Amino acid sequence: MQAGAEQKTKGRTHPLGVMRWFADSGAVVIDWVTAVGGVSFFTIQTISWLISRLPRKETLLPNFYQVGVRSLPVVALTGTFIGMVLAVQSYAQFAHIGLQTRLGGVINMSLVTELGPVLAGTMLAGRVGSAMAAELGTMRVTEQIDALTSMGANPIHYLVVPRLLACLCLIPALTVVANFMGVIGGAFYSIFILDIDAFYYWHNSRSIVGLYDLFSGIFKSLFFGFAIAILGCYRGFHCDPGAEGVGRAATAAFVHAFVAIIVLDLFLGIFLIGLHKLIWPAGSHIF
Amino acid sequence: MNNDATSDDRSFIELRNLCVSFGSQTVLRDINLQVAKGETIAIIGESGCGKTVLMKTIIRLILPSTGEVFFDGQNLAKTNEKELTLQRMRFGFVFQAAALFDSMTIFQNVAFPLTQHRLQDKSEIKDLVLKRISQVGLPESVLDKKPAELSGGMRKRVGLARALAMEPEVILYDEPTTGLDPIMSDVINELILRTRAQQPVTSIVVTHDMRTARKVADRVVMLYPFSRLKGKENQIIFDGPPRAIDNAKDHRVTEFVNGEASSRLEEMAIAD
Repeated sequence: MQAGAEQKTKGRTHPLGVMRWFADSGAVVIDWVTAVGGVSFFTIQTISWLISRLPRKETLLPNFYQVGVRSLPVVALTGTFIGMVLAVQSYAQFAHIGLQTRLGGVINMSLVTELGPVLAGTMLAGRVGSAMAAELGTMRVTEQIDALTSMGANPIHYLVVPRLLACLCLIPALTVVANFMGVIGGAFYSIFILDIDAFYYWHNSRSIVGLYDLFSGIFKSLFFGFAIAILGCYRGFHCDPGAEGVGRAATAAFVHAFVAIIVLDLFLGIFLIGLHKLIWPAGSHIF
Repeated sequence: MNNDATSDDRSFIELRNLCVSFGSQTVLRDINLQVAKGETIAIIGESGCGKTVLMKTIIRLILPSTGEVFFDGQNLAKTNEKELTLQRMRFGFVFQAAALFDSMTIFQNVAFPLTQHRLQDKSEIKDLVLKRISQVGLPESVLDKKPAELSGGMRKRVGLARALAMEPEVILYDEPTTGLDPIMSDVINELILRTRAQQPVTSIVVTHDMRTARKVADRVVMLYPFSRLKGKENQIIFDGPPRAIDNAKDHRVTEFVNGEASSRLEEMAIAD
């Protein structure tokens, strides 16, 4: 029938091209709406299971170990190098106008509000989110999720809730580690290699970085953790068959989580600055 | 619950006008099937005809597009999640590739349904796992191993032990002998027969192995792929005892039973 339609319109490619453009655009919109609906429904199901019944210790602990303990070295390393890179990149410009002692404030402010949470989140989206998608995708392909269901276990309660809890509790904790190591890395490079006076370095850091800045970074990481777990598990649950399907799910989990992190970072940043202005209109720190 | 539903031993499991579609692709259309209590039926048919989909629809691993699935008088296609979980506990499912949990030991795999529903204490669970493992002819030494360390035949037997753990009333076997050597296939066939002899179970065996169908089944049902049906033809093209299948009048049945591909080769336009 389609071939017949094509034959009929032979020589009049323009209307067919327009129709195809509309059809393709429509298909993309439908795919997006379906995906957003799917993720929203998956999130609601996960939250309702999280509220109604907590998972058992034996399902929680392995996930906490995977997300927390196994990610610790790479997050600490990332944090340390971000701190040092910030010192390297900022020093020349600050030294040029004789403000090198202000470097501590700049490095630490950038770290705790933005770079620490976002880069730790990105690193964890790659390490944790992709691993979740690949593991759950393999379980889907090899019928292990069907086996769970057939034995009366709800796969969202059994597989997704522990992973979400692990990310919600431990990604903010890992962000604190990334921040701390970044502060240490930046200070080490500035004080010992760039020879900046330690007293002024720390004094400026303390006067510029407030507790609200520290809080805002950690608050954002809570949402990053949520996005990493939900998107990783969703991609795994809706994995296409075969090795290619699992690979695609793992890649999509990272890409979607990364996009979610930067979009959330913008909107949470606007919200947190607005909240700060609302609480402290004069712009002063209470902490 | 549908009040029209009647449950007796002849219709312990009943599929009424069952249709399953995935997007625009129809896999099953208007399937009507009754399975009696204690009966062992084999569902045969070529790959892709919807045998596994049919079996997964029975315990609602796949939701039917239309139609009803009655189990012991209850419509599982429309029951709520809590009731469905209770009903699923009455089934044991042996998956095609065993579907053992990779991250768990064999002991944890077999004990999983028992620990999940907290019906027994730890020592009772251990005794039950040992009983099931010995029932399928595996040594105790496998209990601490991971599924990846076992052979295909051993994994299938662990899958059977796990399905038997809850002493189910119905066992669903999805291609139990696929990918196994002839000896191990016969071991699995014997285990299906012995399970039935030891406890009163209703069994549905999905297979394309005629040896298995002839050996274990009281009744054979043959499904034909929906895409190859002509008009409003019934998708079940044979339903009867195993001995009657050789005398079936439908050439599609005899060709499948005898493994003759000549007419299919003509269709596929594969030259000599």
